[in-house]
Amino acid sequence: MSGATLKPSDPVDFVVIGAGAAGGVMAKELSTAGFSVVVLEQGPYLGVKDYSHDEIKYTYTPGLTNDPKVQPITYRRNESEVAKPLKAIQYGRQVGGGSVHFTANYWRFHESDFHERSQFGAVSGAGLADWPITYADLEPYYTKAEYDLGISGLGGANPFEGPRSKPYPLPPMPVKSSGVLFERAAKKLGLHPFPAPMAILSHPYQDRPACVHCGFCEYFGCEMRAKSSTLVSVIPVAEKTGRCEIRPNSYVRKIETDAHGRATGAVYFDANRREVFQRAKAVALCANGAETARLLLLSKSKRFPHGLANSSGLVGKYLMWDNGGEALGLFEHPLNEYKSVVVTRVIHDYYRADPRRGFYGGAGIDARFDYYPASFALRGMPPNAPRWGAEYKQMLGQYFTHSMALLAHTSSLPQAGNSISLDPHAKDAWGLPAMRVTFDFHPDDIATMKWALTKQLEILEAAGAAKTWTTGITLQDMLPSVHLMGTCRMGNDPKQSVVDRNSRAHDVPNLVIADGSNFVTSGRQQPTATIQALSYRAADLAIQAAKRGELG
Amino acid sequence: MPSTRRLWLSQCIGIAALAEVAAAQQHANEAARSPDPPPFQTLDPAMAREIDAITSQIVPSTDGPGAREAGVVYFIDRALSTFDADLRESYRAGMASVQQKRRQMFPASSSIAALASEQQIQLIHAIETSEFFDLLRTHTIYGLLGNPSYGGNRDRVGWKLIGFDPHPAYQPPFGYYDAKAKQ
Repeated sequence: MSGATLKPSDPVDFVVIGAGAAGGVMAKELSTAGFSVVVLEQGPYLGVKDYSHDEIKYTYTPGLTNDPKVQPITYRRNESEVAKPLKAIQYGRQVGGGSVHFTANYWRFHESDFHERSQFGAVSGAGLADWPITYADLEPYYTKAEYDLGISGLGGANPFEGPRSKPYPLPPMPVKSSGVLFERAAKKLGLHPFPAPMAILSHPYQDRPACVHCGFCEYFGCEMRAKSSTLVSVIPVAEKTGRCEIRPNSYVRKIETDAHGRATGAVYFDANRREVFQRAKAVALCANGAETARLLLLSKSKRFPHGLANSSGLVGKYLMWDNGGEALGLFEHPLNEYKSVVVTRVIHDYYRADPRRGFYGGAGIDARFDYYPASFALRGMPPNAPRWGAEYKQMLGQYFTHSMALLAHTSSLPQAGNSISLDPHAKDAWGLPAMRVTFDFHPDDIATMKWALTKQLEILEAAGAAKTWTTGITLQDMLPSVHLMGTCRMGNDPKQSVVDRNSRAHDVPNLVIADGSNFVTSGRQQPTATIQALSYRAADLAIQAAKRGELG
Repeated sequence: MPSTRRLWLSQCIGIAALAEVAAAQQHANEAARSPDPPPFQTLDPAMAREIDAITSQIVPSTDGPGAREAGVVYFIDRALSTFDADLRESYRAGMASVQQKRRQMFPASSSIAALASEQQIQLIHAIETSEFFDLLRTHTIYGLLGNPSYGGNRDRVGWKLIGFDPHPAYQPPFGYYDAKAKQ
């Protein structure tokens, strides 16, 4: 915490809302380009000394994520139901956002992801559409993200990936037993396993040390600073410019606009719940695929009666999230998968949607162990095993160290009925309308998960698993969802999209929206690389626009 | 920190940053120490005995320490006094219905703790699909396998049971198959 101190009453060049994966990147790019920036982050500003390897704190209690006790969320499957309180979505709530506690998978979307509507055709009941940009448009920014943040991987090892202009800046992480078994089996089946691209340092990089393989990645902050969160990578660079202030505990309730319909800044509650208006020449909204939409809907005015940037009526719609089932296998010898990073090998052989399957969808499958001691005992054991008693205890003693998982990251079709909206009744601790989540699977989402599970089991069997089992693929099993995409979709037609191809709101010329909300399709999950590439690109284009005087 | 690891770390990150990293790592692992057993804050001793009787069947002390030795009931008391204070009513109502079931199944009995082990197992079978049992099971497992700082997992008996050997850092190889692949 060593940035500038800027006055709310003096208009800054940009106010950035959200200091997460996208907002951290935005703040760094804008401030290093010479602009003054205030970043409003609803969560606290934590540092490495605040973290601990405490499974209860970080997985049972909200830990580094949104707390439904102060920010209730309601959930319903469809519009005919009354939404009930449920933590249906989860996001990182501190400076660094989800990039602090994420698993750190960092694969790129494929070239085909940007043209699936043209290539695959229409899907009944879904709003499948092409992106207005291509992989080639994004490629320089993927590369920029990989080098700026510090990504480990092996360039060219994934034969299905689009062309890349540079290899990864760091070699892959050491392979774990799950990766060895998976790679061997996948090759036996004629598949193409590759080292997982991870936002974790395999070697020292910039001023940060290498990963020490402690194993506490997913849900946890990295006390080594080896996980390449925006908190430890780009945010310090932004602060060092002297032009950027990160303002934590600042909960934005409205983006204000003037008589010309231009954004003038953001009204937020500070740590003492006092209202503050931060004036700005332009606004960059990077609050994640759920909160970004909610804030736009909260920012109603006479001129924008349905919420800001919502002339299309699509703000909050087309919510997509992280579908996918998990298959596990038990092996003869100890794998000790609790050590080191979650994932070391991946396949993209089943990534592309193929009409011959009879449904839309595809999967990236990785070998992993995303369990800690208690979560494994609660949810990782075979569903037909005893859940308590002497036999359960005996099995735990063997299964925790001898098991691994294959997780399928499967497509989530954009459906207009799946949405983020404002709950008409529930309020948060600040008195604002609570977030209401409406989500149900598309039949093809389910078909894809079931199909992928057969592939996962086939690989586990080829790997020599003594026993295999799967966890559930019901809606309940997907909750809370952590990959939040699609609620301000990108497009050329202002009637069919919320932001243009440059991530600027069609309706508000000086409002940039850059995070998972821009996504037109879900890829095969693992959206962080694409969220950050989009943010680098949106920042670059915003800088050019500001220099032309379009934003100020 | 063992000196070899210190040396290795210093090669990775330089001596200057070493103290900072060591402090962060020490903090990250601090919660893994067992404190002395605390007095109960929320549960009364009779209720604690009854809960202990059930959780000690969820993870019994057969072939080595189980929920009882881990101090699961102390963890539950801590949870109900702090982050799960809003579940006290669930416990009150849940235990009342378990007692009702006990009286129905074993009319001559005076408490769950006083039942024979076989009877306790029968009683749990009768309630194992209830929401309250899910809560008890969840708490039992966090009390067995969570950080000892919460009053459970005493002397890391839960971690020893499942083969989790916590260290602030590891070096490859991590398991049998990656070790073998390296040869």
